[in-house]
Amino acid sequence: MSKKVQAIYLWWHKPVIDQELLQSLPNLKVIANSGVGMDHLDLKLVASFGVKMANAPRAVSSSTADTGMALLLASARRLVEGYHIAISSGMEYCEADFLGVEVTGATLGIIGMGSIGYKIALRAKAFEMNILYHNRTQRTEHEEQAVGATYCEKIDDLLRQADFVMVVVSLTPQTHKLIGKREMELMKPTATLINISRGAVVDQEALVTALQTGVIRAAALDVTYPEPLPRDHTLLKLKNVIITPHLGIKTDKATYMITEEAVENILAALNGLPMPSEVLPS
Amino acid sequence: MWYHKPVINEELLQHLPNLKIVANSGVGIDHLDLNLLASYGVKVSNTPFVVSTDTADLGMALMLASSRRLVEGYQIAVSPDTEYFPADWLGAEVSGATLGIVGMGTIGYKVAERAKAFEMKILYHNRNQRNKEEESAVGAIYCKKIDDLLQQSDFVLLSVNLTPQTHKLIGKRELELMKPTATLINISRGLVVDQDALVEALQNKVIKAAALDVTYPEPLPRDHPLLKLKNVIITPHIGSATKKTRRLMMENMTESIQAGLAGLPVPNEVL
Repeated sequence: MSKKVQAIYLWWHKPVIDQELLQSLPNLKVIANSGVGMDHLDLKLVASFGVKMANAPRAVSSSTADTGMALLLASARRLVEGYHIAISSGMEYCEADFLGVEVTGATLGIIGMGSIGYKIALRAKAFEMNILYHNRTQRTEHEEQAVGATYCEKIDDLLRQADFVMVVVSLTPQTHKLIGKREMELMKPTATLINISRGAVVDQEALVTALQTGVIRAAALDVTYPEPLPRDHTLLKLKNVIITPHLGIKTDKATYMITEEAVENILAALNGLPMPSEVLPS
Repeated sequence: MWYHKPVINEELLQHLPNLKIVANSGVGIDHLDLNLLASYGVKVSNTPFVVSTDTADLGMALMLASSRRLVEGYQIAVSPDTEYFPADWLGAEVSGATLGIVGMGTIGYKVAERAKAFEMKILYHNRNQRNKEEESAVGAIYCKKIDDLLQQSDFVLLSVNLTPQTHKLIGKRELELMKPTATLINISRGLVVDQDALVEALQNKVIKAAALDVTYPEPLPRDHPLLKLKNVIITPHIGSATKKTRRLMMENMTESIQAGLAGLPVPNEVL
């Protein structure tokens, strides 16, 4: 059986691709990943076995951008808390006290302006948000103008001004714990952190402290480290935190498109043709 | 006046001979008997425009939360029983879907502006058609017959005000015209929807889900079936509940009251 395997379609990081597996599959030609993040793969190791790799960059961007906006809105307007109040058996709520923060006209800071970050900017613009962004490289003037985004070469400038900080980077050694104690202390105490990239981009312990001591207002996390968190983790208990189970691309449409992209890449690799979204070890 | 309190009836008005003005918080005045108030020479004002963006934002929040199963997802993420996140657990895409807006006033139009950025196809039903510039700015298509909107929409959002004409506007017939994969979002008034018909439609999968910022009454009795349905999100009428907007509302109301007491033209007077 193992001699017949030529392609692996990796779904949610399974199976684990390690030395042992690669050695047991001599005819493996290509690994296609469901989704865009490749941080769970040892790219050099896979390449050393002559196996090609592909991700699915196009299919994920709209769904993930939607998730980012859903979390931003839910956190700002305290939707989950509100739901629990509305359905609770002992509801004697004092409506007048229950307030959230405005989204329209607020300042959004996007960290990581790739395709997903850019789609978030397009959506946020419709909410008349003031958009700042931080990225390894600046986007073209035309792209910036289309969404009304202002480049912050220094992340500190973005952190100081943003009402909502949305983290949309890929996980690399450079972005590991990109948002730590220092960064959170630069944020406004009324600001919200939204993470739709990878849990390890945020220093989780520093986040817990920041949320408990009012250094920032709230957080909304579609990703954590690990996933799921241990059941006794403090983040699960904080009132000003929304956590979702890595919803990023979990829609019927996105999973269909991701599978289509993966199949395209697999067929190209097996036929010795250029792959639409090959990922090379950097 | 906040949250429909105090109740303005004949008895109260008779006890307050010097009452000049009732300033209402928010835009809806369906709970006020305008004729009665006029007969006592009392002016009425509301706060129509300041609530629009927050209410539109909440409409979008409910649509996204419902389609992506955000509340259910949160419960999975924090539940003490969760060992792993299920791989076959999916929501429905908002980007590129069809949104039908019933009631294209200020709030409905702002919802359209936001939905356009999600590349949604936008249909709308309104007493009057908007002009061509307004329609093309948001890419909205007019449905003179509400049935056409109901049959094609993945999301039906209600942003009408409550009048005798819109009372139970969405009933059994309308719900049955909707797609079985469609979601109903209500940010107008509970009474615009036939609530019993809605419960039945949700239980029998006539429609997929509902997200309601408003119900009738508010709050619902604690044993109401809507509170128990998995495919329903309810929020406690927080359409305009942000610090900034509430402050603006108070400023508007104060202006109206001061004008009313000084015998000057009242800003935001409701006639």
